[in-house]
Order: sequence, then C-alpha cells, then structure tokens
Amino acid sequence: MLPALTLLLVYQTVGEMLAHALDLPVPGPVIGMLLLFASLVLKGSAPDNLRDTANTLLSHLSLLFVPAGVGIMVHAGRIRGEALPIIVSLVVSTAVTIAVTALVFSWLRKHGK
Amino acid sequence: MNARFNDIWVYLTATPLLGLTLTLIAYQLAYWLYAKARFHPLLNPVAISVALLATLLALTGTAYQTYFSGAQFVHFLLGPATVALAIPLYAQLARLKAEWRSLLIALVAGCVTATSSAMLFAWMFGASRTTLLSLAPKSVTTPIAMGIAEKIGGLPSLTAVLVVSTGIIGAVLAKYILDALKIVDHAVRGFATGVAAHGIGTARAFQVSEEAGAFAGLAMGLNGALTALLVPLALWAAAKLM
Repeated sequence: MLPALTLLLVYQTVGEMLAHALDLPVPGPVIGMLLLFASLVLKGSAPDNLRDTANTLLSHLSLLFVPAGVGIMVHAGRIRGEALPIIVSLVVSTAVTIAVTALVFSWLRKHGK
Repeated sequence: MNARFNDIWVYLTATPLLGLTLTLIAYQLAYWLYAKARFHPLLNPVAISVALLATLLALTGTAYQTYFSGAQFVHFLLGPATVALAIPLYAQLARLKAEWRSLLIALVAGCVTATSSAMLFAWMFGASRTTLLSLAPKSVTTPIAMGIAEKIGGLPSLTAVLVVSTGIIGAVLAKYILDALKIVDHAVRGFATGVAAHGIGTARAFQVSEEAGAFAGLAMGLNGALTALLVPLALWAAAKLM
C-alpha cells in the first residue's frame, strides 16, 4: 500500500514538474497518468500492490468530489440569480455530450476501421 | 446546554478534524442509502453528501473555508486518483490498440460538444460572462477544470461546483440516454459517460462493470488533457477574430 501510494505521488510530482517546466496547458496529474501508463506498457505488467492500491483509491472516487461540491454554499447567490441558464446548460449539454460521444464511437466501431 | 454545545463546536471547527470527519460520515451515509437502493442512479452519493453537508454547515453557521480546511485532505486525493487511472487503463491495452482511431475521433466529438454546447445554451438563456467562462470546462475533472477556468478568466471555485453538478447529472442521466439509444457495449457506454461526466461518471461506470469503468477513466483523462488544450486555444482564436 505505502510503496504504491508513494509511486502514485511521485508520478504526480513529476507530472506537475513537467507541466510547469515546459509550460504545458495539461495539468500535472494527467501527465502523471500518461507517464505511469507508458511505464506499465514498457514494463509489460502492472504489479499487484499497485493494482490493489489503485482499486482502493478508485472504488471511492466519488467521495473525492464532495468537498468541492459543498462549495455550492459560497456561490448560492450567483447560482440562484442565473439558475435558468446554468441548469439548462448543464442538463442539455451533458445529455447531448453523452449521446454524441456514444453515437460517434459506436458508429465508427461498426463502419470505420 | 446549548451554549456548551456551541463552545465545543467552535473548538472543533478550529481544527481540520471536523471537516474531514463530517465528509467521511456524510459520504458513508449517502453511500449506504445508495447501496440500499441497489445503486439507483437517482440516489447519487455525491449529491446526497453535498446536500447533507451544506445543510449542516448552514444550520450551524459554519463557513465553507472552515469546513474545507479539513475536507482538503479528501480533495487532495483527486491528484493521485487521477494518476491511478493508468492502471485500469492498462488492463484494457489490447482494446486500446485495436480501437484507438475510433476512440480518438469520439473523444474530439465529445469534447467539442461538451464545451461548445455548455457555453451556447448558457449564452442563449442570458448567463453572465463570468458564468459562461466558468461553465466551459464543466465536463472535465475538478483539478483540471479549475486550472482551465483560472486561465480563461472564469471563477475556479464556481467551476468546481459546476463540474460536480455536471458529474452528478451525467451519472444520473447516462443509463437512460444510453438505453434509449440502444447502446449495449460497456466500453462505449463507459467512454461516453467519462467524456461527459468525468470522475463522478467514472465512479458510476465502475459500479456497472470493470470494463465500463476503465473506458470511462480513459475518457476522463483524455478529455481532461484535450479540453485543457482546446478551450484556451479556441477562446484565444475567438478573441483574435472579434
């Protein structure tokens, strides 16, 4: 658990360093994820302890969004004032995005190559 | 009695302990309810936890900053969790190799749809400029979206709220939309949910199947990277043209 968690943090740190040093618009953790993925491909397998730790962390992924969500308190005024555009935009855009992505992907899998 | 409780509360809010403990309790309560309802999408655990916590903080007159000084330890784990997505992704290596072209095109379609439709509909219904810019990265996971919002002149903390709302809406709606479109493949279902609803959609997809979760995680990571590149570029180009 501890070595695996350390490894994840090391990749995140390297990701952050690269993002800053090269002034990349991509956030550090995403670069960390891509680097770790590349390392696993090169290595040819994922160590068991890394897999267990990742599964533990990801099994409660939604918990990690709770603190940011509670921030709704701070913006309650603005959100109430612009409730209509915000709600329409969030609901319609999210629904359309799911539909478009799914349709494009499944169409390509049937017809493309 | 009341005054005494007040004293204890004030003492506890001065330490990070309270925010952290309350977050974990609220989430486990919400998750217990969600599991009881056999993971019905309408009982999204993030939505319920946020409602519980916001109500509690409002009733006790506790400031969000006070709460966040404890909750930040949970928030921080979003970083390593994003890195950890490489592992389920690696498990799907064979499918990735076989289908990377379709994946990439679907990703671009989803990314452009997510940002442009969010801004278009908000603009049509009269949103302010700040809200519009804060909405642009709404389909991307929180730390990435906040970074983008800061870069383009939105409000990062407002973006965080909009991102979490998007995730909840996507996790709730995905099943119904994908069923209506008769999409059965778990890879496609997961990928679409991950592009539109980032980590909360991914968490939902993992509850459906390992395969759906892996593709959702992949979509979340790729969409984060692509949106971080495209949104600032698109706005820069739009500013040049106008």
